[in-house]
Amino acid sequence: MKTDFKLIDSILERHGCDKTQVIGIMQDVQKEYRYLPEDALLHIADRVGISKAKIYGVATFYENFSLNAKGKYVIKCCNGTACHVRKSDDVQKALWESTGMTPDQHISDDGLFTIERVSCLGACGLAPVCTVDDVVHPSMTPEKMRALIAEIKEAEKA
Amino acid sequence: MKITSREMLDTCRRQYSEALGCQKKQILICGGSGCVAGGSREVLARMKEIMEERGLNVDVVLQHESHEESIGLKHSGCHGFCAQGPLMRIEPMGLLYTKVTVDDCDEIVEKTIVGDEIIDRLVYHDNGVAYPRQADIPFYKKQYRVALEHCGHINAESVEECIAVGGYQSLAKALFEMTPDEIVQTISDSNLRGRGGAGFPTGKKWEQVAALPADPVKYIVCNGDEGDPGAFMDRSVMEGDPHRMIEGMIIAAIAVGATQGYIYVRAEYPLAVERLQKAIDDDMEYGILGDSILGSGKSFYLHISKGAGAFVCGEGSALANSVEGKRGTPRPKPPRLVEKGVFDKPTVLNNVETFANVPVIIDKGADWFKSIGTEGNSGTKAFALTGNIKHTGLIEVPMGTTLREIVFDIGGGVEHGEFKAVQIGGPSGGCLTEQHLDLPLDFDSAKKAGAIIGSGGLVVMGSDTCMVEIARFFMNFTKKESCGKCTTCREGVPRIQAILERITRGQGKMEDLDMMQELADTIKTCSLCGLGKTAPNPVLSTMRYFKDEYIAHVQEKRCPAGVCKDLCIFRINPNKCIGCTKCARNCPVDAITGTLKQPHHIDVDKCIKCGTCKAGCPVHAIEEV
Repeated sequence: MKTDFKLIDSILERHGCDKTQVIGIMQDVQKEYRYLPEDALLHIADRVGISKAKIYGVATFYENFSLNAKGKYVIKCCNGTACHVRKSDDVQKALWESTGMTPDQHISDDGLFTIERVSCLGACGLAPVCTVDDVVHPSMTPEKMRALIAEIKEAEKA
Repeated sequence: MKITSREMLDTCRRQYSEALGCQKKQILICGGSGCVAGGSREVLARMKEIMEERGLNVDVVLQHESHEESIGLKHSGCHGFCAQGPLMRIEPMGLLYTKVTVDDCDEIVEKTIVGDEIIDRLVYHDNGVAYPRQADIPFYKKQYRVALEHCGHINAESVEECIAVGGYQSLAKALFEMTPDEIVQTISDSNLRGRGGAGFPTGKKWEQVAALPADPVKYIVCNGDEGDPGAFMDRSVMEGDPHRMIEGMIIAAIAVGATQGYIYVRAEYPLAVERLQKAIDDDMEYGILGDSILGSGKSFYLHISKGAGAFVCGEGSALANSVEGKRGTPRPKPPRLVEKGVFDKPTVLNNVETFANVPVIIDKGADWFKSIGTEGNSGTKAFALTGNIKHTGLIEVPMGTTLREIVFDIGGGVEHGEFKAVQIGGPSGGCLTEQHLDLPLDFDSAKKAGAIIGSGGLVVMGSDTCMVEIARFFMNFTKKESCGKCTTCREGVPRIQAILERITRGQGKMEDLDMMQELADTIKTCSLCGLGKTAPNPVLSTMRYFKDEYIAHVQEKRCPAGVCKDLCIFRINPNKCIGCTKCARNCPVDAITGTLKQPHHIDVDKCIKCGTCKAGCPVHAIEEV
């Protein structure tokens, strides 16, 4: 996708081109592109008046920002304490297996999936949980995870 | 409409509470993240549809003036009993229906709303006893709700309903009956201590900021960056009763003379962000925020600052940097935040739950608050009860309640296996064991036992949890979340983590334990912020209470809990095996042999411990020992 600088500018203006708002600006840009395109990042730095190094530093400091494009489905597998105690590791393993991905892959070969291992989604009462595009799936098991991925793949084929 | 005087607030309160009184039945469907994930939004939509089809007069929004008999239908905040969600509360009977699905809605409307019949199937049962009324359920019985008083009882998205139940009355009292000094004095006298973890006296913070000149502004910041894995108390307050916390913040602003405020919320809590934003917008419209609050001439503006996923931002000075749009690394102290906080201006930073306690202290007085809890630890504390426990959920109990009461009376005990330990205070905390079950839980006693109350996450662990592996898990977390500023934390934590990794693989040496102790001491002494200073706690605490598990891993190459895969062997229990051959067919390395309908056998030398057989066994005959 080509970066739409008009869109970036409108986000910048909404935040008053204020350098103290740079996290909010990047969050809004990421909402549009699902990651931070390099040219957008450089443009923001330029407009709010901070160096390229500084914006790169902020963007890479926070877990939520991604400098890589994401798959069509973003699956977050929670590995918080409550989920961990309820065996989220096995769920995570099933997720990697069923998508055919390795832990250091950003995006699956078919472009469908991005897997994020997160520290806590705050839904500890439902542990272990995962989210697919922010929809929470409670009380996961390796079998449910495999079924979920199969279901998505099936829907994509159709 | 702007409320421009105390009298007007009272009039509004009367109107709204009359309107609320016209609702002959109220249906409160839990709208906390847990129940929403379980489908509570769909349940609400279906209930509305059915009742409208039947021509019932449904109030989804509280009307300014309503004289007709109606039925209130709304999303409330978290009811707390998350394990039984989605939950539906029906007033005035005080009924609680559990695990409600869309398919139950027809019957509920027919029998309980139109009629007065209780549907037994949806009522909570324990040991063969039915508990139709929420207040009678053991989970709720021992709780004492102060900060969560209205959470789950009112519409979380309605300022009108909040005003109807007495919201912003304490603010009016603070504005029109008290001087700023008196407010600070009341909070100091109440002995309210910070609910975010450290337990620092709130009054002292306010006193220091109040004494400084506004140059030109002072800030009130609410720390909603609840990053401890296993904790969701603050989220529940922000989602369930956002106005109460905002009221606390405005009172703080008046007490110290601040005019600007920030609520720093984790981006992982989209629902909390949404409800807080609505609450702020509504308050602006009603003149509760903005210029001349309730016509008092005093102003306060509130903004939301969304976190972007950095655990360290829960630390005050790191949070301040993040609000300013910088990398969230901590600053050296002094100067403290009270002197140079956000944008280097005097700042009061308190936790969500701390602010939620403020209005009730102003309303009922310091002595009332001190009458709850233990000496030096006034009030209540909210805990998120999770892990291997029957009743996961959100609870609030007086300070000094014992762990036994929390885990066994309220939580219903462990779900499977035997009770082993409770991890308290998240990655900065430690574990409490069986010997601590009768310890009155408060800031001071937890500290003595080598743990901290922290923000209030309680993760219960049973006999199937390996404590060495848990320590490794926390070090893994801290390693990832260390911001990298201090060498000891950045380099030391990964060293401990690597040692633990080795031990869980059966490659540990006894010297490793001494090395970990030494590393832990150095990290604690030489790191700048709370994250680093407390990072080794899980290791120290597990080594203190579960040294035998460490020794079993190192010397006997054995994991007593059967968790560390490299130290386990897979075995088929011949008494359980039905000889279905599924495991033999699934095994990727052909390590399983046996004939149909006869117990199978695993060749330990061939087995790669992948766990495929265990996961697939229909009769759970495969064991790790």
